Amino acid sequence: MTTPTFTWNLIADLRDMWSLPFMVNAFRAGTIVAVLAAIIGWYMVLRRQSFAGHTLAVVGFPGAAAAIWLGLGAILGYFACCLAAALVIAALPSGARRGYREESAVIGAVQAYALAAGLLFIALYKGFLNGTSALLFGSFLGITTRQVTTLAVVTTVVLAVVAGIGRPLLFASIDPDIAAAHGVPTRDLGAAFLVMLAATAAEVGQITGALLVFALLVLPPATAQLITVRPGPSMAVSVVLAAATVWVALFVAYYSPYPLGFWLTSIAFGAYVATAGIAALNGWRRRRPQPVGARA
Amino acid sequence: MSPVSQRNRETDSAQLPDDQPALVAVRDAGVVRNGRLIWEHVCVDVAAGEFVAILGPNGVGKSTLLKSILGLVPLTSGEIRLLGHAPGRANHQVGYLPQRRTFDASLRIRGRDVIRLGLDGHRWGIPLPGRRSRAAIARVDELIALVDAGAYADRPIGQLSGGEQQRLLIAQALARRPRLLLLDEPLDSLDLPNQAAVAALISRICRAEGVAVMMVAHDVNPILAYLDRVIYLGHGGAVSGIPAEVITSATLTALYGTPIEVLSTSDGRLVVVGQPEAPAHHSDRHGGQP
Ligand SMILES: Nc1ncnc2c1ncn2[C@@H]1O[C@H](COP(=O)(O)OP(=O)(O)OP(=O)(O)O)[C@@H](O)[C@H]1O
Ligand SMILES: [Mg+2]
Repeated sequence: MTTPTFTWNLIADLRDMWSLPFMVNAFRAGTIVAVLAAIIGWYMVLRRQSFAGHTLAVVGFPGAAAAIWLGLGAILGYFACCLAAALVIAALPSGARRGYREESAVIGAVQAYALAAGLLFIALYKGFLNGTSALLFGSFLGITTRQVTTLAVVTTVVLAVVAGIGRPLLFASIDPDIAAAHGVPTRDLGAAFLVMLAATAAEVGQITGALLVFALLVLPPATAQLITVRPGPSMAVSVVLAAATVWVALFVAYYSPYPLGFWLTSIAFGAYVATAGIAALNGWRRRRPQPVGARA
Repeated sequence: MSPVSQRNRETDSAQLPDDQPALVAVRDAGVVRNGRLIWEHVCVDVAAGEFVAILGPNGVGKSTLLKSILGLVPLTSGEIRLLGHAPGRANHQVGYLPQRRTFDASLRIRGRDVIRLGLDGHRWGIPLPGRRSRAAIARVDELIALVDAGAYADRPIGQLSGGEQQRLLIAQALARRPRLLLLDEPLDSLDLPNQAAVAALISRICRAEGVAVMMVAHDVNPILAYLDRVIYLGHGGAVSGIPAEVITSATLTALYGTPIEVLSTSDGRLVVVGQPEAPAHHSDRHGGQP
């Protein structure tokens, strides 16, 4: 690729970028993944399952590396490994009882081992060293049209399921005891959510890399939940933030020598810190003028 | 009066007249959890509109009793009928407030949305605008007014005080116009004025809407004035009757097998002395509250 030059005419820049098929694919794939991550991540933040989400994404790394080594293609490796891990976690009896919220040493050990196994597969597949950074920290190069189609199909299926179970899932996430008393199948919903989270982690990992999934899975939903406490608008804000993060990051990464994952994470993190700062400032202003004892 | 005759009295009252069918009928029920017997031979009847307190030491299985009425914990012996159905089949007519401390401070969901989930959170799909949605919003407003939570219903529930959260959860429990409220220590974590206010609120709703209330409590005094009956749960079973009959030295001593004295203060409050509820254990649970 010849070094592209940035002009201040952003429309012309975008047109220039989109004349390259791989950049079009990158924007398509990034947008599809952002929408899914924003919705599933919104529930994940509410359910305090970030650790599980990260583990599932990290497990995708050896999956992808092994699939490349075996000549099966990285996409299959991501999905197969993440979904298998989700089914294992869902089958653990202790996990189900605590709503899979346990952040135990076991999960940390699994993460470490997954990384180690991934490195082994990369070593076995000689001449793939450049790909390591892409698998771990993301890349916008080499996204195929087939990959975009796969991402779109998986996203559509998962979002259709969310449309079907969204409300009871919210109930079970906020208040599992009362939801169970209201006849909500909290255990089954928890397992179903883990599977959807695995599919999402597998998708996000293909854009951000296995280690930086939080750029899309945690930061936009967490920022959105700070901006508004109304569930519907909060989800919408999350989607907009995630998509904007992907677009800006792709745009910047195209002109910069630094990896996509860095830009994605920096932009999402910057938005979160700014929002949290404004929220803290507002809270501080609201509290400050009140003399001691003025509040009942 | 000995506990045995109390229990007989309870069994007699099980043959309730047809015009007043029992909302809850627990017959010689027993529960085993993790291989450990929690309680057995428990008989309880609650009629429509009754306000009943469930008392007993920590760990005796009061919460378990409410859960087994809801069908969340299976019985190992005996039978429970809820509104004439097996447990779990009539839960839409029951409002439930589980035992808890508070919501996590970082939970970014409004009290209003929590109440709404109590109304239609069990329905599949996602809420779409329309007639049903407008009716739900109106009902939620009504419930917020009922528990007087207008000032804070739109703030994130995690940032509210324990008492405010408790009022919102009571509103949530009332959302589907239940015929029975199962409240597990709703006065826990409230200060004395709030205990009195929430107890009065529950009794007002119980009377105004004809809702029966089964309330687990550690201190009977805040609700003593409103109670129709108390159920004292011990490992041997349940003893039930009007407070003046059950909360007596003789009954409690026989139930627990240790000497227990019940004193009555000049303003009619009851003080149970020598409860088999270790004070250290009790204050542990309440995390350093005064
Ligand atoms: N999920 C569970 N699995 C197994 N055993 C349990 C479970 N929950 C409670 N138990 C056991 O059942 C017994 C009764 O518990 P329960 O919570 O019903 O007591 P309680 O009377 O409500 O006590 P407290 O006053 O402290 O709330 C306890 O010994 C407890 O250890
Ligand atoms: Mg309890």
